[in-house]
Amino acid sequence: MAGAEHHDIAVVGGGMVGSAIAYGLARRGARVVVLDQGDGALRSARVNFGLVWVQSKGDGMPAYARWTRRSADLWGAFAAELAEATGISPEHERRGGLAYCLGEEGFEARRTTILRLHNQAGPEVYGLELLERAALERLMPGVRFGPEVTGAAFCPHDGCANPLRLLRALHAALRRHGAAYRPDAPARAVRPDGEGFTADTPAGPIRAAKLVLAAGHGTPALAGALGLRAPLRAERGQVMVTERVQPCIPLPANGIRQTADGTILLGTTHEDAGMDTGTTLAGEAAIAANAVRVMPGLARARVVRAWAGLRVLSPDGFPVYHRSARFPGAYAAICHSGVTLAAVHANDLAEAILAERLPDTLRPFAPERFDVPQAA
Amino acid sequence: MTPREERFDLVVVGAGPAGLSAATEAARLGLSTVVLDEQPSPGGQVWRAVERAAADAPLAAALGAEGRAGAARVAAFRGSGAAYRPETQVWQVERDGRVMASCAGIASVLRGERVLLAVGALERPVPIPGWTLPGVMTVGAAQILLKTSGALPDPGVWVAGQGPLVWLYCAQVLALGGRVAGVLDTAPPGAWRAAARHPAAVATAWRSVAEGLAWRRAVARAGIPVHRGVEAVEALGEGGRIARLRWRGADGARREAPARGLLLHEGVVPNVHAALSLGCAHAWDDAQACFRPVLDPFGRSSEPRILIAGDAGGILGARAAGLRGHIAALGAAADLGRLTPAGAAARAAPLRRLLRREVALRRLLDTLFPPRPALAAPADEVVVCRCEGVTAGALREAVQLGALGPSQAKAFTRAGMGPCQGRTCLLPLVGTIAAARGVPPAEIGPPRVRPPLRPVTVGELATLAEAGGPRLA
Amino acid sequence: MFHRPPDPAREATQAVTVTLDGRPVRARAGDTVAAVVLLAGLGHTRTDAATGERRAPYCMMGTCHECLMVIDGEPSRQACLVTVREGMAIERQPGAPRLR
Repeated sequence: MAGAEHHDIAVVGGGMVGSAIAYGLARRGARVVVLDQGDGALRSARVNFGLVWVQSKGDGMPAYARWTRRSADLWGAFAAELAEATGISPEHERRGGLAYCLGEEGFEARRTTILRLHNQAGPEVYGLELLERAALERLMPGVRFGPEVTGAAFCPHDGCANPLRLLRALHAALRRHGAAYRPDAPARAVRPDGEGFTADTPAGPIRAAKLVLAAGHGTPALAGALGLRAPLRAERGQVMVTERVQPCIPLPANGIRQTADGTILLGTTHEDAGMDTGTTLAGEAAIAANAVRVMPGLARARVVRAWAGLRVLSPDGFPVYHRSARFPGAYAAICHSGVTLAAVHANDLAEAILAERLPDTLRPFAPERFDVPQAA
Repeated sequence: MTPREERFDLVVVGAGPAGLSAATEAARLGLSTVVLDEQPSPGGQVWRAVERAAADAPLAAALGAEGRAGAARVAAFRGSGAAYRPETQVWQVERDGRVMASCAGIASVLRGERVLLAVGALERPVPIPGWTLPGVMTVGAAQILLKTSGALPDPGVWVAGQGPLVWLYCAQVLALGGRVAGVLDTAPPGAWRAAARHPAAVATAWRSVAEGLAWRRAVARAGIPVHRGVEAVEALGEGGRIARLRWRGADGARREAPARGLLLHEGVVPNVHAALSLGCAHAWDDAQACFRPVLDPFGRSSEPRILIAGDAGGILGARAAGLRGHIAALGAAADLGRLTPAGAAARAAPLRRLLRREVALRRLLDTLFPPRPALAAPADEVVVCRCEGVTAGALREAVQLGALGPSQAKAFTRAGMGPCQGRTCLLPLVGTIAAARGVPPAEIGPPRVRPPLRPVTVGELATLAEAGGPRLA
Repeated sequence: MFHRPPDPAREATQAVTVTLDGRPVRARAGDTVAAVVLLAGLGHTRTDAATGERRAPYCMMGTCHECLMVIDGEPSRQACLVTVREGMAIERQPGAPRLR
């Protein structure tokens, strides 16, 4: 194995999850290499809506709600630190977020959801409030809502960021902290080599004492050799963006948000489409119809681009963080909320990997949970 | 309410020489055919408003034989029985043959057993310092103004670039009593000698060569200053528009002149936007420094329902476009069982013989007016993506950060993400990344083009929603 | 930057009047909005929302999207693809348009 590059930690995957972990490791002094795919990477991060979102997370897993909330709380300092290190601001804002209700039925369904969430993780985690239409209108001055809008759930801990700038800032910060970014060296196979791990790449073998798999949909194929488990399915999400318009939507919502640039993001579909990242007219039209139901004025906005990505979902939809029992230096991290969780990935998770121990708060995320038969 | 999907044997996108020819032939072969076009009247860019021009004696005279040929082709199309939808923007084409279009703010869905993209060419982007200033336009744009509105350049408007259109436009302006302030000819000075090495091409294309020389002579006779071997043209602004020009002459000296306007032209490249969005295979064309779709001899793309004809399939010019449109119609008719493969081949044979002459002419033009490397990868301070104001330097920084190709470079810089959806910056974007990485553009590949092909309102899209659409969060 | 030689016969039969930023302007049937704007000497058609720069028509064939204007109250229309009609209200687009 003479001649192979050697690093402290190899992170496989340079998307939102891998980059955040690698940045956290590099910032703490580790010599990190990021093995990424080239320009054709699936890059699920691209389907991202840019929400730093608490309110819908963790229904069925309170630990995930708390993990999400912790990340949302860390995000402000995380963004400031990235901006200071790189001059690239991820444009983080945290002024609360909305989930609109359509019809009385939608309003009542939302009330039930809020109760259920508060019962699981505690109201202090979510702080959700169900607003009637009049209160919603006071919160969103100047916005004309469609006749079907009956109100919205409001979560004060929600916010948003610019995912493209976040990824760029993370890559710039990686470079600043001396990490090697290798888009020419995607890991084709990884294996324990006695002292650590070797990744076989088109650019030759790359060795590291520890290895973190954060390769999204590429993870399952690599995980087995390291005694890691990463059961995954892909769920397609389509998103559209409009041209820049004057600021007109004060707060972000799941499905409608105006960016700092003035563009309006509209989304998103949840589809089983295999690994097809194409957009469909049916998807675009459904997104548009929903947007117009909520805010009829959006009908005049011009869509300049539609795209799609594949969410990285475990069987229950919650993240998987796994440390290999057989090869303790190997870790896997897979989740679909790469932006929201970027702050905990760059802090808590990076620290845990350096400390060689996943904390108790992450125990519920181990893949062993999939072995427990579901109660009927 | 979902609008009814209209079905046709052949949906033709574009009413230029290729589209008109294809539609006329397809209708003659009994295919139900519709032509969708953005303009209010048929003709495409080369025969823009050609019916109206035919009624305007001085303009018709200035447009010459090419204009008369266009008027005849349009008349044949008008009488062909093919349906025609002017002022209609196609904003999405799908592999299953569906074509989404809008006219007067109303969206509709058509479905063709075959779809022919006859969307023509674009002028090659000319990223030079100051090219985003008001007062800097393309020569093609000025010629469109001449054809549609009889507009002539004011005193102080310069022309800079190379290729037949530069000289044709100047000659047309002179014929209509106008003039240009001067011509900065950017064609490499040795190109004529290189062309002499292709005597067969010169002989085949003699009429076009003679035509080109006549245009140049007209410019010389009018006493218009022509600077040859020009490089490094810059537009300098003042008060928010162009005020001066700067360039380097053949002798290496920097020169400046006041300018009220600047018209740029560096040849044309295929309009590949729709074909890229469909995922049709493309190849890099070294001679023309552009991407072009990979097509079979009938214009069939790698997508079974999609055919491409005319300059959209690789630049060969307007006369060739008519022939290629005709051939593509034969291919579509064969696909749909209206012609036997042998019948289609027999009909195509004489057209292909005529086409060979146009190919010879194009080889000559490619030699005379080779794409200039400086435009493929401009200097750091030059804007590449006009919509988002992204400079070549910003793209090089993205490459330094690890972007290997257009997808990641776009994500890092927003290049190509504005309203023009990356049409204008495609080539300098790829060229700049290629040069920064030291690899050929073929290795970089074209960016992935996302729908819609044209901005479309949320309201128009919403009218196409169907019950049972995908679940939203 | 452009002018049109006078043609009294056509001006009598094909005259169309539009307004440019509220000012009445004579055009000719068949002109595109972008042509009218250039012939009227209006220096720019819009201010770019991304860069804040003034922009004017560049390609005249629907590609570059530099000629976006507010036409009859509707923002971001491509002026080079719209043919003038009597009474049309044409306005320069100052930065990002406002949704109404």
